[in-house]
Amino acid sequence: MGDRGKFLGILLGLSFASIIMTQQPGIFVGIMTRAFSFISDIGIADIWVADPMVKYIDDSKGMPSTMLYRVASVPGVDWAKPLYKGNIQARMLDGNFQTCNVIGIDDATMVGGPLRMVEGNVADLRQDNAIIINKEGADDKLAHSPRYPGGPKIPLKIGDVIEVNDNRAKVVGIAKTTRTFMSMPVIFTTYNRALTFAPPQRDFLSFVLVKVKKGEDIQKVKQKIKNVTKMGVYTRGEFEDLTVNYYLKYTAIPINFGFAVLLGFLVGAIIAAQTFYSFTLENLKYFGVLKAMGTQNSTLLKMILLQAGTVGALGYGLGLGGTFLFSLYVGQEGMLAFRFPWQLLVFSFCGVLFITLLSALISIRKVITLEAAIVFKG
Amino acid sequence: MAKITPQNHTVLCKDVKKTYTIGENRVLALRGIDLEVRSGELLMLVGPSGCGKTTLISIIAGILNYDGGSCTVLDNSLEILSEVEKNRFRAKNIGFVFQAFNLIPSLTAAENVAVPLIINGMERLLAIDQAKELLKEMGLEDKVDSDPKNLSGGQQQRVAIARALIHSPRLIVCDEPTSALDGETGHKILELMKKIALKEDRALIVVTHDIRIFPFADRIAMMEDGKVTRVVNSYKDALKNEEEKIITGNK
Repeated sequence: MGDRGKFLGILLGLSFASIIMTQQPGIFVGIMTRAFSFISDIGIADIWVADPMVKYIDDSKGMPSTMLYRVASVPGVDWAKPLYKGNIQARMLDGNFQTCNVIGIDDATMVGGPLRMVEGNVADLRQDNAIIINKEGADDKLAHSPRYPGGPKIPLKIGDVIEVNDNRAKVVGIAKTTRTFMSMPVIFTTYNRALTFAPPQRDFLSFVLVKVKKGEDIQKVKQKIKNVTKMGVYTRGEFEDLTVNYYLKYTAIPINFGFAVLLGFLVGAIIAAQTFYSFTLENLKYFGVLKAMGTQNSTLLKMILLQAGTVGALGYGLGLGGTFLFSLYVGQEGMLAFRFPWQLLVFSFCGVLFITLLSALISIRKVITLEAAIVFKG
Repeated sequence: MAKITPQNHTVLCKDVKKTYTIGENRVLALRGIDLEVRSGELLMLVGPSGCGKTTLISIIAGILNYDGGSCTVLDNSLEILSEVEKNRFRAKNIGFVFQAFNLIPSLTAAENVAVPLIINGMERLLAIDQAKELLKEMGLEDKVDSDPKNLSGGQQQRVAIARALIHSPRLIVCDEPTSALDGETGHKILELMKKIALKEDRALIVVTHDIRIFPFADRIAMMEDGKVTRVVNSYKDALKNEEEKIITGNK
């Protein structure tokens, strides 16, 4: 009833809750998306074959190289290509070491290579000692030291040479990749060259990428491969889920974000409910006046719900606007992970709606049980 | 004023009792009230604080239930009406003027006055137009769009009176309508109420401590300790009674 301070207080509480309930899960979803970004980036493969003990994409365990042919021979498989994925130390020109994510892709077809090239061409990997580096790595972690203290790093460029596990590697291209969970530089090279880069180990084949023949049922082919190889066989979506579930289960990330969201929800709820309730208490005599003049409880109920609904919608909108501005600021490819699927809209809407209804219900109870006779009390 | 007959009473209370329970204590607020308010009269309800005046007008206005006796308002027995029916009854038949005006601060003067019409189902803009007309009649044509906080006490009470009258109720209850006003303004307000509000088919009940407005009453009902002790026709009788109390020290 015309109290701008209280109105802004409720609006602030709801906007705060809304922004926390959209921005924090947005970052969480962003981080989780990055966790399986490598799988998404290799969109061409329908099925991933890995060691049965592999729990997530970065957990590569070598399989015998013969596994590639066993998979390729399964009926329904169009093609099967090898993929090496491992963490290998690279030494820059200034002598610094940096652990990199080395990806070895099929020498002949280049399946598994980067989809977006900033400079150069994936086929340039056929050159001697050739590697392609992702843009973030080239600009930052693998970049040359500044020319002077405090100066900007000098990005790696085509033609530069670094050492990968004491092997000479020449940059032939810069690729755009989705940022990874660990934000390590990504080095693409051919499968066979990657094996020369890799430290000695019994088996090198990290994954087999499978394309299913047209018209074949992916699930059926998957099962056939599983039966033949006894390996871990996943569709693209299943492998992404496996990776996300690992992070959800074995890291504190969801708990931390969950607490942040819960805290935002609680603080927003308390601010909004308390302000709405004190606003109702302060205006109780006017509700009493309306009751005395014959206003039915149902009308007062509608009034309160309308007020709560209006302020809830505004708060939700402002919170959403704030999150949208935040997403524009961080961008899709920035250091901070952020993704905003439509499910978050529904989630935050339900959260704000719950807070709004809770605030309204407390006030409604007070108003409905109010005796109109208070209007005659001093 | 209208001739008094058993048929033309607006309010008829017989042996009305009301008890409040506060914690473990029971307080007898009304101990058997007998009171008649006639159509076309301005009845003042006077008495010391705590004597039950507010409880009585709350019961008469249908916003408080009583425990015993009977109270008929405009031929409606209040005890048999449901809460929803009572709300409808009040919305149609009763106007309220409060001590602290109780104008809704977020509404303009005209919007405040329009509230009873809107409660009775009139379309909002039409109600506001009617409210503006009434405010013009009451000399507030330049204040129709003002917020209550920008009005003087006298102007606010005039708006409150307009709000009490707009839906043509047959009973108006006023709780200390002049206590927040200076003497001159209070006098003008009572003059206005007598002039505009009082009609042959409408009664006014005014609860007051303010002896300066006693002369405006047609009858004065004096209450003490939960009972109507005397009903006098002349304010001089009422004042005499007040003086007696002061002399004897009997409140």
